[in-house]
Amino acid sequence: MSGGASAAVVDAHGKPIPLSERGPASAWSMISFGFWLFLLSDIVIFGSLFATYAVLSNATAGGPSGADIFDLKNVFIETCCLLASSFTCGLMLIAAERRQVQRFYTWAVVTWVLGAAFIGLEVTEFSDLVGRGFGPTHSAFLSAFFTLVGTHGCHVSSGLLWLLVMMAQVATLGLRTTVVRRLFCFSLFWHALDLVWIGVFTIVYLGSVHAT
Amino acid sequence: MLGKLTWAAIPFNQPIPLVTSIVIVLGVLAILALVTIKGWWPYLWQEWFSSTDHKRIGVMYVVLGLVMLFRGFADAIMMRAQLALAQGGAPGFLPPEHYDQIFSAHGTIMIFFVAMPFVIGLMNFVVPLQLGVRDVAFPVLNSVSFWLTASGALLVNLSLFIGEFARTGWLAYPPLSELAYSPGVGVDYYLWSLQISGLGTLLAGINFTTTILKMRAPGMSYMRMPIFCWTALASNLLIVAAFPILTATFALLLLDRYCGFHFFTPELGGNAMMYINLIWCWGHPEVYILILPCFGVFSEVISTFSSKPLFGYHSMVVATMAICVLSFIVWLHHFFTMGAGADVNGFFGIATMIIAVPTGVKVFNWLFTIWGGSVRFTVPIYWSLGFMVTFVLGGLTGVLLAVPPADFVLHNSLFLIAHFHNVIIGGVVFGFMAGYSYWFPKAFGFTLDETLGKAVFWCWFVGFYLAFMPLYALGIMGATRRMQHYADPSWQPYMIAAFAGAALIFTGILLTVVQLAWSIRTRERRRDLTGDPWNGRTLEWGTASPPPSWNYAVEPHVHGIDAFWDVKTKNRELHKVAESRYEAEHKPHYETIHMPKPSGTGFITAFCAVFLGFGLIWHIWWLVLVAIIGCIGMLLRQAWDTDRDMYISAEQLEEFERLHPSLGTQR
Amino acid sequence: MNCVSFVRTGRGLLAVTAGALLGAGLSGCSSSVLDPHGPIGRQEKLILIDSTAIMLAIVIPVIIATLVFAWWFRAGNSKATRYLDWDYSGRIEFVVWAIPALVILFLGGIAWLSSHDLDPPKAIASPVAPLDIDVVSLDWKWLFIYPDASVASVNRLVLPVGTPLRFHMTSAGVMNSFFIPQLGSQIYAMAGMDTKLNLLVDDPGLYHGLSAQFSGDGFSDMTFEVAAMTRQDFEQWLDATRTGGDTLDAAAYETLTHPSAKVAQHTYGTVTGGIFEAILMHPGAAPTAAQIEHSESAD
Repeated sequence: MSGGASAAVVDAHGKPIPLSERGPASAWSMISFGFWLFLLSDIVIFGSLFATYAVLSNATAGGPSGADIFDLKNVFIETCCLLASSFTCGLMLIAAERRQVQRFYTWAVVTWVLGAAFIGLEVTEFSDLVGRGFGPTHSAFLSAFFTLVGTHGCHVSSGLLWLLVMMAQVATLGLRTTVVRRLFCFSLFWHALDLVWIGVFTIVYLGSVHAT
Repeated sequence: MLGKLTWAAIPFNQPIPLVTSIVIVLGVLAILALVTIKGWWPYLWQEWFSSTDHKRIGVMYVVLGLVMLFRGFADAIMMRAQLALAQGGAPGFLPPEHYDQIFSAHGTIMIFFVAMPFVIGLMNFVVPLQLGVRDVAFPVLNSVSFWLTASGALLVNLSLFIGEFARTGWLAYPPLSELAYSPGVGVDYYLWSLQISGLGTLLAGINFTTTILKMRAPGMSYMRMPIFCWTALASNLLIVAAFPILTATFALLLLDRYCGFHFFTPELGGNAMMYINLIWCWGHPEVYILILPCFGVFSEVISTFSSKPLFGYHSMVVATMAICVLSFIVWLHHFFTMGAGADVNGFFGIATMIIAVPTGVKVFNWLFTIWGGSVRFTVPIYWSLGFMVTFVLGGLTGVLLAVPPADFVLHNSLFLIAHFHNVIIGGVVFGFMAGYSYWFPKAFGFTLDETLGKAVFWCWFVGFYLAFMPLYALGIMGATRRMQHYADPSWQPYMIAAFAGAALIFTGILLTVVQLAWSIRTRERRRDLTGDPWNGRTLEWGTASPPPSWNYAVEPHVHGIDAFWDVKTKNRELHKVAESRYEAEHKPHYETIHMPKPSGTGFITAFCAVFLGFGLIWHIWWLVLVAIIGCIGMLLRQAWDTDRDMYISAEQLEEFERLHPSLGTQR
Repeated sequence: MNCVSFVRTGRGLLAVTAGALLGAGLSGCSSSVLDPHGPIGRQEKLILIDSTAIMLAIVIPVIIATLVFAWWFRAGNSKATRYLDWDYSGRIEFVVWAIPALVILFLGGIAWLSSHDLDPPKAIASPVAPLDIDVVSLDWKWLFIYPDASVASVNRLVLPVGTPLRFHMTSAGVMNSFFIPQLGSQIYAMAGMDTKLNLLVDDPGLYHGLSAQFSGDGFSDMTFEVAAMTRQDFEQWLDATRTGGDTLDAAAYETLTHPSAKVAQHTYGTVTGGIFEAILMHPGAAPTAAQIEHSESAD
C-alpha cells in the first residue's frame, strides 16, 4: 500500500507538521509497531502464567517444592547461553542491516547453537525431574512450574525454527528489505524471550531459594 | 485410527439434534449444489474468500454473525420454551443433559460468534474509510483473522452433529469443566474452537491498533479522528491486552484435561478460584470490547441524524479511554460471592461504579448532541433512542449489582441474566443494528427499506422488554439461572411472558432477513448515487457507494473533525467561485497506486485449523500432525511469496472517478 | 408468613416506584429476596430499594429527556430553535461529569460500608450463643452437619430461630453456591475451601434453599428445605434425630459422593467426628476412615 512516500515533514509555510498528521507511516514503522503489539500480547500470556505460578507455588500437595528440585547451577549455564545468544543475535542483525551475508550466517549459526544449548539443558532438566517422579502431573506447583518454564521453552524452540527459516530466506531471497524486516522482528522476539527468562530466573528459581 | 471418534458420536438417539443436523446438512449441501451449478465458485473465491479488502472481509464477518445469530437464537427460544413448560413435575421437552448444552452453546455463540463478528465486521468496513486510507495495516492477516473466526464457528456447529457441546455454561468453570466431571468431548469442542477464533481476534486487534495509530490520512491528528475510530482503538487495545489472558487460561485447562496437570483440579493442590479470576480478567474487558465500538456507532449516528457535531468530542474521547483503562480493574464483581472479604469486595464494587461515570457522561453528551439539532427519525435514530432508554436501565441494574451485599442475594439469579441481556441487547445489538442500517448503503449502493427497518426495531424493542422484565422480577423472587425446571407455580406466568418476548424478538430477526431480501429486490428505488445518502459528516461519505477497492484515488487531506462536513461546507463556499476556474485549480492528479493482491492464505490456514481442532478434540493425532504441517506450510508459502501487490493504473482511477461523479475529497 | 408492603415501610413515592419496578406481582412470594426473614436479608433488601431509588432519580429524567429532546428537535418541528453549530459548553461538561460522579460517590460509600457490615464471615451480634453448621455440597444434594450435636441431614436444614448461625461450607467436588433467598447472602461452596457465612432467621416457618452456581445435570434438583423452628422444637428435633439409626461415617459419606439427583431427605443419628475437616483436607475424593480419624485427633 502507498504510505510514507508522500509524508511531508513541513507544510507549505515551512512549519513542521506533527508526526500524527503526516499521513500513513512507512511499512517499516507499521510492521515493527505491529510486531511490538504482538510481543506485548505474548507478555500478557506470560503474565498470566506468572500469576498462576505465584498463586500455586506453594501448592505442593505433599510433594517437593522448588527449593527441593531446582538445580541452580544448570539454570545458570542456561541463562548464560540464552543471554549470550541475545548478544550474538544483535551482531547477526547488524550484519544483516549492513548486507554482510557471510557475517550474518556466522552469527546466525552461533545464535542458533546457543539457543539449542539452552533448550537441550532445559529438556535435560525436565526429563530428569519427570524421571525422579516430579513431573507436572504430581502437584499444582509442578504443573505451574513446567507450564511457565515450558512455555518459555516452546517460544525459544519456535524461535529456533524461525531462525532456520530466516537462514533459508536469506539463502534464497538474499538480504532484501522484507527479509531484513523479518530479521528485525526475529531479534525483537529473541530479546523479549530473554527478558521473560530473566523474570523466570528471578521469580521461579531464585524465588525458590528465598522461600526457604 | 480415528481416536475417540465412533458412530456413537452421531446423535441417532436424540431426536432434536438429529433432526436439526439432518436439516442443516441438507441445507448446506443444497447451497453448495446451487453455487456449483450456477458456476459461482470462481467469483466467490476471487472476490470474497481470498479477498484482502477490508470492506469485503467486514461484510463476511457480518454475514457470519447473522448466520450464527440464528443458531444462538434457536438455543434461546428452546430455553424459553422449556422454562415456560417445565413447572412442578412437568419435564419439559429438553432433558438436563441436552438443556445444559443448549445454554452453554447459547452464551458461547452469542458472545464469540455473533457479537464479536458483528462488531469486528463494522470496524473492518468502516475504520479505514473513516481514516481516509486504502486498507488496514496488514490485509492478509485480516483475512486470516476472519477465517480463523469462521473456523471456530464451524467447530462449534460441528458439535451439534458429531459429539456434544460443553455442559458447563459459557465460561466452563472448573472443577465442573475438568475431565473428571466432564469426560466427554463437549468441553474440548468449546476450548479448541475458542482458542482458534481467539487467535483470529487477537490478530485483528493488533491489525486495527496499528492501523488506527499508524495509518491515517494526512492532517488527521488524533483529535481529528472520527469518534468511531477512537472507540475502535479502545476496543482493539483491549483485545490485545485481554485476549492473551483467555488463551493462557484455556491452555491451562487444556493441559489439565489432556495431560493430567493440576491447575484447577480439586485434588493435588489445584485452585479453581484461579481460573475464575483469570477468566474474568479477560471476561470483563471482553464486554467493553463489544460495547465501545457500539458507543462509537451511536455517536456517529446521533450526530449525523441531528445534523450537528457530536457534543463534547474531547470529553467523549477521554471518557472512552477512561472506560478502556478502568475495565481492567473491575473483574472481581463477577464473583463477589466467592468470599474475597470486605476490603477486596468493597474496592472492586467502587471501581465498578466508577466506570459508570464516563458512561453516564457519554449518555449526557448524546442528549446534548440531540438538543438544538434537527433530528431525522430514520431507522438508525430509532435504534439509538431505543438504546439510550434501554441501556441506562441496564446500567442501573449493573450499578445495583456492584454493591456487594446486593449482589449477595442477586448473584447468578435471573436478575443477573436480565441485567447483562439488558446491556448487551440494548447496547451491542441495538448498536450493531444502527450501524448496519447506517452503513449498509455505503457497502452496497442502496439503502434498506425504512418501513421494514422500523418494524424490525419495534419487534426487538418490545420483545426485549417482554422477554427480560419478567426475568428481573423472577430473580427478585429467588429464581436462579441455568435451571432446567422449577417448582414454584407463581413463576410460570413470567416464564410464559418471557417466551412471548423471545418469540417477538425472533419475529424481528426474521423481518431483518425479509427486509434484506425485499430491499435487494426493490433496490433501484433507493439507489445511492451521491455516496452520501444521509448528509454525513465523516470521510466515508465522500466515496462512491460502494467504494472502489482502493477507497481513495487520492489521499484526502484533513483539516478538522468531521472532515467530510468540512469539505462540503468549503465546497459550498467555493462553488460561489466560477466553476471552470475551480476545476482548473483543483484538478485531481492521479498516480498508480498499489494494493494488496487477494490471497488464499487466510482460507487455507483456517481450513487446516478446522482439522487441527477436530483432530485435537477427538484425539486423532495423525490428523493433528497433518494439519500442523498444513498451517506451517501456508506460513512458509506466505513467507516466500514475493509477488503480493497489484497495481491500479492512473487511467483506471480516472475512469472510475468519471463514472462516479460523487462529491469526493479529491475536489 | 406475609409479604412486607412497601408503603408500610414509610418510604416516599420514589421507593414505591422502585419497589414496584423491582418486585411487581409478588403474591405468594415463597422465596423472594424482598420478603426477608432475617436481619441480613432485611439489610440487603434495604440496600436494594434505596440504591434503586437513588439511581431512578437520575435514570427516569434521562429517559424522559431522551424522548422529549428527540421529539422536540425533530426535523419537522418549526417551533424548535436550532443550534446546529453548538458542540461544547464548559458548564454543561462540568455538570455532566459531576452528576454521575456524585451519585457514584454516594453509592460507593454505601458499597464500602455495607461490604463490611454484611461481610459473610462477620459474626452476628446477639446475646444468644451461635450454632455451628457444616455444609457440604455434593452431586446433587446438600449435606448439613451439626458438629456439636453430632447429627447430620441431607436436603433439609433445620434451624432454631433467633440464634446466630455460623456456617462453614465446602464442596465434595464442583462449585456450588449455598443460598436461602429469604435469609440473605449466598456464598460459594468450593472443594478444599472453608467458606464462612453468618445468618439468622427470625420467624419460624419453611423457607426455600437452593444452589446458585450451576454444577451439572442434577443442578435443578439441588434445592433444600429450610425448616426454622423455636429453640425447644429444635432441641426436640436434635434428640429425635440422634435416636435414628444411620451413621455418617467414611463409608456412608463415600456413598453420598456418588452422583444422584432428587435425593430424598434423610438424617444421620451419628456423625463420625472430624469428618468435615477430613473432607476439607482431601478435596476431590471421599476421605478414608483413617483420614477422618487423623483429622479428628488433629483438632
